[in-house]
This record gives sequence, structure tokens and C-alpha cells, in this order.
Amino acid sequence: MQVQGANGSGKTSLLRTLCGFIRPDEGEIRWRGKRVGDLGEDYHAELLYLGHLNAIKDELNALENLQMSAGMAGYQVTEQQAIAALRRMGLQRREHLPVRVLSQGQRRRVALARLLTSAAHLWILDEPLTALDVGAVGLMQELIGEHLSNGGMTIFTTHQPLQVAGVETRQLTLI
Amino acid sequence: MAINWFKYSAPTNFYGLAGKLIPFFAWPAAIFFVIGIYIGFFIAPTDATQSEAYRIIFLHVPASILSMFIYLIMAGYAALGLIFKTRLSAMMAQALAPTGALFAFISLWSGALWGKPMWGAWWVWDARLTSELILLFLYLGFIALQASIEDPRRGDRASALLAIVGSVNVPIIYFSVKWWNTLHQGSTIKYSGTSMHIAMQQAMFSILIACWLYAIAVTLARVRCIILEREANTTWVNGLPEVKQSEVRS
Amino acid sequence: MNKLSLIGLFGLVVRRDLLLAMRRRADVLTTLIFFVMVVSLFPLGVGPEMDMLRKMASGVVWVAALLASMLSLPRMFSADHADGTLEQMMLAPQSLSVLVLGKIVAHWMLSGLPLALIAPVLGLQFDMPPQALWILVLALLLGTPVLSMIGAVGAALTLGLRGGGVLVSLLVLPLCIPVLIFGAGAVEAVTSGMSVVSNLSFLGAFMLFALVFTPFVAAQALRISME
Repeated sequence: MQVQGANGSGKTSLLRTLCGFIRPDEGEIRWRGKRVGDLGEDYHAELLYLGHLNAIKDELNALENLQMSAGMAGYQVTEQQAIAALRRMGLQRREHLPVRVLSQGQRRRVALARLLTSAAHLWILDEPLTALDVGAVGLMQELIGEHLSNGGMTIFTTHQPLQVAGVETRQLTLI
Repeated sequence: MAINWFKYSAPTNFYGLAGKLIPFFAWPAAIFFVIGIYIGFFIAPTDATQSEAYRIIFLHVPASILSMFIYLIMAGYAALGLIFKTRLSAMMAQALAPTGALFAFISLWSGALWGKPMWGAWWVWDARLTSELILLFLYLGFIALQASIEDPRRGDRASALLAIVGSVNVPIIYFSVKWWNTLHQGSTIKYSGTSMHIAMQQAMFSILIACWLYAIAVTLARVRCIILEREANTTWVNGLPEVKQSEVRS
Repeated sequence: MNKLSLIGLFGLVVRRDLLLAMRRRADVLTTLIFFVMVVSLFPLGVGPEMDMLRKMASGVVWVAALLASMLSLPRMFSADHADGTLEQMMLAPQSLSVLVLGKIVAHWMLSGLPLALIAPVLGLQFDMPPQALWILVLALLLGTPVLSMIGAVGAALTLGLRGGGVLVSLLVLPLCIPVLIFGAGAVEAVTSGMSVVSNLSFLGAFMLFALVFTPFVAAQALRISME
């Protein structure tokens, strides 16, 4: 599902509410029929959230960051798996550099590499295409397509149009 | 009857109720205060060991008692606001804090005024005074935290958590300070023991009631201001006569 | 992919924070230097008579430890908050309280533990007898975790606010006073011949009490601050 709306219409807030950061004043959020508040950590296990911030540490290199992110999401990733993921994201030969020397676009790619190693069903992505060049945008379309064909679900916001081949995207426009 | 009370848990309705209740607390407060002062200063006899200066305890003791009492009530409202998410509870906690801090301050200052003729020093590190000082710090921390957070929802919940943590700590702090005081053989301010003259007891009790009623009146007035502040953009507030009047004037 | 257990995730958080601190060694050292400086300020302020300094010793070292711990508190969550990793921690599939405990442990290892280990050197500056030095280290080892734990609650409540460091200190210092009283009391008890064990057992009790409650309270405070 693609969430659209002008700046300030509440797209980020909606996504964060879906993650459980914000408690809604009215109504409730349900995952597979159960209230998200009751599911707690079980819901977290099936969720992957990527916000405006990259959630990577400047002092660590790309490889360490990816392994840490995976660990924080509850599972271990071997070095080969991590390197393969970074390679797919176009970061070969940069895995061992501290992230603070990478460009904005490269940092975003490190953050997005999590998508490759994650087993989460639901991806909630807030403007995932920020700072990405055309090649990376194409890569994102591939990744989302693969995720959907594996039975996953994606909710994202973006100012650029994002088409995924063979899948119909539901649109939600906020006023 | 139950329905009636719940109606007043909405700020809109409470605003009017509070306004009507204030005089019922303010006037008796003034009356009790005058009675208490009269008994305390004119009827109660001069203490054998402490002479005239001891009379300050008629203000000091009620102020101390009330400062601690208000902290507990404030923490109670804060907890209600946190658990049941009622806006008015959080506003009541916010309204109580400055009054509680004021009583803590009065308690300290009156304790110092008593200490000077008694001990020759403006401040003695007596266990109760020191605990009172720490209580004042806790109040100030609560007020500072609320003032630093712009989002009222986050501010209410954060300061509520702080108040609850504080109230759990208050007994621990009091006990620790008492221990510290006995360890170092500090001075202890003793009130005139159990054999207090009946007039002294009456004076103290009267002023205690007066302070309590005053606290209620002032808190109600303050919570009305808080309600106006927070709901400034709603239609019901802009329809109030006092708000319309101030608009016309400005 | 292997799943991480609760202990595994706890260990990961601790290791991560320690690794990050190793790459930014300055932070740990500044806290330590501050501690040493503050302790040295007191003799400069009150004069070098050993009698007076000996009496003041335990209090001075403890107050300095308190202040140095306060200094490092804002750092507990602010860096993670700024780059988004705190959000990810809150979405972890394990209890946030345990992760927070991990952060507290790492924080203590980087602030309280070094303070406790360097304190005997400072105690010597005040001519403290050897038994007192041992008790000082032990008391600090028991007391500084409590400072980190209560501090975590304060740091979580003031996340992202302006006036950060001072505000946290304002909120946390009154709550740490019992630790100060019994910590300094334990060391003084050595020289005054009173019971050291009772003071130390109070410190131990505080630590257990804080251990049970503060991670949960701090996690709640984080949720409140991140909304």
C-alpha cells in the first residue's frame, strides 16, 4: 500500500502509529486479527520499520551495522550473508569502511540492506527512496516485488511514484 | 449519582464547577486562619523554654504536613492520569505542584525563623528540615520537567512518571536522612512534646485546616487557568464571558 | 538464520555500547578526568589541613562520583535517539526493559566502574587509611549502579529536551541522596568504628530494589518520550 499526501498531512505519524510508537486517540490497530498492543513483541518480530533516520551508527562499518541491525531485530546473520546483502545493495569493497565516510546515498543503501536479511512479513517504509540514485530506485522496486511475491506486505510513503511489476498497489491519500 | 460525577471529569464541565466552588473554600480558609492566629498569638501561653519565638511553629507544622500531603495527592492524580488517560487528572497534578512547593518553601523559611532564636543559626541540618528541602527539590524537578516539554501530552505523562518515582522515594529519602542525622548527632528540632497546651493544639489545628482549604481554593483557581490555556483553541472557551471580555478590551 | 534469545539480545546491546565507546574513547576519559578534578577542587577550596580533609574525604569522593555520573547520563540514550537506533530497539522482539538494562549495564561499565577503581588513588590524597580505601571501592561498586539506574529513568524522561544535562541532574540528584548518605556513611563507619555492614547492606538493598524496578520504569519513560 502506498500512502500519499502533501507535506504535513500526517504520513509519518500514520506509519509510526502502525508501528506502535504512538497510541491512537481513537480506534485500534490489528495484526492478523489481534490488537497490536496485546501482541507486543510478537508483532515486533514480524515487522520491519525504516524511518527517515537510517538507524546506523557512524562509528561502525557497514558490515557491523548490518549485523547489529539484524541482531536487534532478533536473529543472527553470518558474515557471508551480510556481505552478500551489501554486495546486492551495490556496496562491494565498502563493507569495512566506517559508515561516516560514506555518502548519504550509500548510507541509505546500508540501511536498506536490512531488507535483504530480514524475515519480517510486514515492511513499513517511510520515504525509502530518499537520497537514492536511479539505479538504487530500480533495485528497491525489485526488492519490494520479491518481498510481495514471497507473501509479504509493504506499506510505504514516497513522493516519487514507485511501480512494482505485476502487483497492484493500493493507494491511500491523506488530506 | 454516578453519572453526575463522571460529567465533571471533562474539563469543560469542571471549569464551571470549580469556579462555583472556590468561594466555599476561600472564605472558610480566611476565617480559620484568623481564628488560628488569634488563638496562637493571644491565647496560647508563653512556652517555658522557648519564649515567644516558638509561635512560628503554628505556621511551620501545618506547612510541613501540607507540603507532604499535597505531594502524595499530586502523585495520586498523576498516576490516575497516566493509567486512565484522563486529561483533568493530569491538569490537577500540574495545578497542585506550585502550591505544594510553596508550602515546602514556607516550611523551610519558618523553620529557619524558629531556628535562629533557638539555636543561633539560620539553618540547622535537622532531619525534618533537610527532608523538607529535598521535597522542595522534588517539587521543583516536577515543575521544571513539565515546563521543559512542549507537547502537553508527553509533558503530563513524563511528569506523572517522575511524580510516581518521587513518591516511592520519599519514604526512603526520609528514612535515610533520619539515619544520617542520628549518625552525626545533629540537632533536632523538637516540638513542645506531647504535653502541649490545649490552646497550642487548637491554634495549630485551626491553621492546618486553613492551609488545607486555602490549598484547595488556590488549586481550583489554578486548574481553571490551566484548562483555559490548554483548550484555548476550542469554541467553548472562546464563548466564555471572561474570554470575550478580554478580547473586547484588547 | 538463528534466533537470538533474550540473554543473547541483552549481551548484544552491552557489547554494542562497549564497542561504540571504544571507538569514542574521549567520552569515558572525560568523565574520569572530571571526577579527579572535582575531588581536587575541595582541598583548594577549604585548605590543606589534613585533619579536616580526612573528615571530609568520603563525602567529597562520593559527591564527586555523583556529579561525574550525572555528567555522563545524557549520553545514555541521546546518541541512539539521534540516529534512529533507539526506535529500532523499541521494535525489538524482546522486552524493552531487558534492552534498557543492557544499556544501563554498559553505561555503568563505562562510568561507575572506572570511578570505583580510581577512587582509592583519590582517597590517598585525603590520607584515608587502607581499610577505608577497600570499603570505599566496595561501596562505590554497590552504589554507582544505582546511580546509573536512577539516571536511566531521568535520561529517558528528558530525551531530546533542551537543557538536557542540567535538567537530568535536577531530577535525579534528589533521588540519589540515600545512596550518597549510606555510601559515604559506610566509609566513615570504618574510621568511626561503627557498623560498616549495615551501611553496605542498605546500599545492596537499594541496588536490588533499583534492579527490579528501574529497567521497566525507564522503558516506560522511553515510550513516553518517543511518542
